[in-house]
Amino acid sequence: MSDATPILEFRDINTHYGAVHILKDVNLAIYPGELVCLLGGNASGKSTTLKTLLGMVTPTTGSVVLDGEVVNNQPTSYRVERGITMVPENRRLFKRLSVLENLQLGAYLRDDKDGIASDLERIYTMFPRVKERLSQRAGTLSGGEQQMVAMGRALMAQPRVLLMDEPSMGLAPSLVQTNFELIQQIHAEGIAIFMVEQNANMALSIADRGWVLQTGRVVLDDTADALLSNPDLRKSYLGEVGSP
Amino acid sequence: MTLATETTGTKASNEVVRGAFDLDWRDLIRTGAILAAGLVFLSLTGMPEGLDSRVLIDPFLSLGYVSLFWLPLIVGWSVANEKVLEGMAATRKSARDVVAGGVVGAVGGAGLSLLIALISTFDIRDPLVNWNESTQAFLSFQQGTSFGIVACIALCAGLGAFGASLHLMPRKVRRAVVSALLAVVAVAIFESFLVDVADPLSFLYSKTGGLIPLWAVMVGVAALAFTLLGGGDRIGKARSNYQTLTGPAKAKQDTILIVLSVLALIIIPMITGKITQELLANVGIFLLLALGLNIVVGLAGILDLGYVAFFAVGGYTTAVLTSPNRGPDWPEWFPTMPWWGAFLVTLLMAGLVGLFIGAPVIRMRGDYLAIVTLGFGEIIRILFLSDWLNGYFNGAQGITNIPPADFGLFEVKGTDPRSVFYLVLVFAAISIYVSWRLERSRLGRAWMAVREDESVAEAMGINTVNVKLMAFVVGAVLASFAGSVFSAKVGSIFPTSFLILVSIIILVIVIVGGMGNIVGIIVGSVVLVGILGGPKQPGLLAEFSEYKLLIYGALLIWMMLQRPEGLVPNARRSRELHQDEFLQDAWLKGKVDDADENGNGAENGDVAPGLAGGAS
Repeated sequence: MSDATPILEFRDINTHYGAVHILKDVNLAIYPGELVCLLGGNASGKSTTLKTLLGMVTPTTGSVVLDGEVVNNQPTSYRVERGITMVPENRRLFKRLSVLENLQLGAYLRDDKDGIASDLERIYTMFPRVKERLSQRAGTLSGGEQQMVAMGRALMAQPRVLLMDEPSMGLAPSLVQTNFELIQQIHAEGIAIFMVEQNANMALSIADRGWVLQTGRVVLDDTADALLSNPDLRKSYLGEVGSP
Repeated sequence: MTLATETTGTKASNEVVRGAFDLDWRDLIRTGAILAAGLVFLSLTGMPEGLDSRVLIDPFLSLGYVSLFWLPLIVGWSVANEKVLEGMAATRKSARDVVAGGVVGAVGGAGLSLLIALISTFDIRDPLVNWNESTQAFLSFQQGTSFGIVACIALCAGLGAFGASLHLMPRKVRRAVVSALLAVVAVAIFESFLVDVADPLSFLYSKTGGLIPLWAVMVGVAALAFTLLGGGDRIGKARSNYQTLTGPAKAKQDTILIVLSVLALIIIPMITGKITQELLANVGIFLLLALGLNIVVGLAGILDLGYVAFFAVGGYTTAVLTSPNRGPDWPEWFPTMPWWGAFLVTLLMAGLVGLFIGAPVIRMRGDYLAIVTLGFGEIIRILFLSDWLNGYFNGAQGITNIPPADFGLFEVKGTDPRSVFYLVLVFAAISIYVSWRLERSRLGRAWMAVREDESVAEAMGINTVNVKLMAFVVGAVLASFAGSVFSAKVGSIFPTSFLILVSIIILVIVIVGGMGNIVGIIVGSVVLVGILGGPKQPGLLAEFSEYKLLIYGALLIWMMLQRPEGLVPNARRSRELHQDEFLQDAWLKGKVDDADENGNGAENGDVAPGLAGGAS
């Protein structure tokens, strides 16, 4: 993998909220078509990492590199246009808008009408349930359906990298498994996935590589298999989450 | 409906049958005390006494008494209203309800009696200006205090019992009685309006004002007959038929409705008198403002409390560019132009001011933004009033002699409200079309996304600052439409035309009508400005103009409690807000699946037929 250029890269990123130092010298790289995950407990800087990747937070030092170009000062829209898309934590659909409007908003920065139409069709075949509920208000859907719409909304942006913030959070246990299958299905289409998760066992079981973030510092950076068998991680982190 | 009564019927048969006086006394006395407080409060506002001179039915009934004694009627009605607790009907309709209504009414009436007695004993006129003999005399029906004390209790008890007894009537009879009462009151209150619309109707009224008793009875009987013969049902059926339409059938109906209403709006001002034309023109101006604010508040979710600023900028720009009486400090080269030229400049100016005010404000969120816009609204008005710019805007003297808008073939001027109305109609059509298109556009979706969840919208790649600024500017431009027409209409404008109250009233129109709903906004402007009256413009109920704020406030509170979705709700939004009630209803009827529309319809019809009927 290391011979290809990464799509998205963090080089020695430091991020502050006011005086609080959140991310400390973080280095990450996401290569095309990978499925990687970022693990970490509460307040370890996972969400800040995502926000910095997407440009909603500007790092104090270091550079965010998109396709070899430093994009520190580019707005979120610039990155979304180049294929970086996020599925926010807890899905966060636009609750009072219809399902169709939610999907259309995913394609907000695109202006190729035919492409949008064919992508909509693709999402309908992927999630037939979504098609049945197009005119319904998104807030009235069940948790699983909302997850589908959230994924669909993100896919409408034609992402190359999908950033997923805690995809299994707030879902019923039976849905968590379905959800991970969904992620793998999207990954199979060649979209790189960067997943931030607390459910480490589940995430590592489908990921290629992973990082472990602790109070803003990357403490482990290895392949998923190595991480799964890493005794330190097993003891301090996986053990804590426990077998489900 | 039948299903519901059956369920309650079987439940009730298991209950021990209770006597007519076996009541929840504590609850009744508490409700009665609330009613008493309400009645005393209303009396002390001075409204009923002030309206006593306005006769409704000559010589028996004045508006003053109606404006006070509607309260025991409604409270009596609501006391007997079937209480639904967690889906269980807790009370059953019986004679007990009538006793309950009577008791509550009597306790309320006792409050008034106490007031009558206390007015002659204590003197606290200092804080309460209406604590005086004329209030006392009014409450005693001009018959002396001892008569008044007895009469108030008796009358309120009677009205409470009557209100409660409405429940015991079969649905059809109840609707007929309510509509007869409302019809008589409405025909009496809208006397001047009805005579203005159709002069021949003046035979209904006596020379000194008020309905002639015989005709009052006739109006009541006509309304009764109309409802009994199923007129109301037929209208209701047509409406629900229309609501269930979809696709091309609905589009066809919509086109027919739009064409008909446009035709009606063009023809009505030709046959009516000046009062109606003036009223329509005022409604139109506020409709323009409300449509603009709807984009800012309803679509983009930016709570702008200083919207009047753009109305003022529109008004003043047009005035400065057209009037010879603008301030002396304008340079020689500064042009004077005909109205339409000034209008175009005004649009540009309003857009620029929108950008200028919006840029710093828009980065704030929620409450902070509301307060800052409130500040800017005042700043603009105070600038026009200030000594500093006195040479340009004449301060408090305002700009006078604004010429009428000359379109060659016809002139739009204040003395001819019909022309103003037609101009406003054209602008309203443009604004409605623009709002309608925007709501379905990419920009409109972006606004709604920002309203729903700003940070997710940003993550979708929406430039939230630009999008919000855009809403601010579009709102500003739409407000300047109204400002421009306003200055041509009134011919002179002053800083006092642009008080903060205007902002508030526009916001109330948007909220009362139903946020984000164009039909709702139209209904909202008709109800608020047309019936109650604008900040300075008299409405149909011109008598109430002094107490307008009291009524606005009460209306707003009632709306927030009972119909948070607005008068003309979007069906789906209404279901969201009333989901609990809807589910209860559906459960009670035992048909959860297809009870949506029926459930909601029955719900609204049952809660307050009087109020709902009065509003529409």
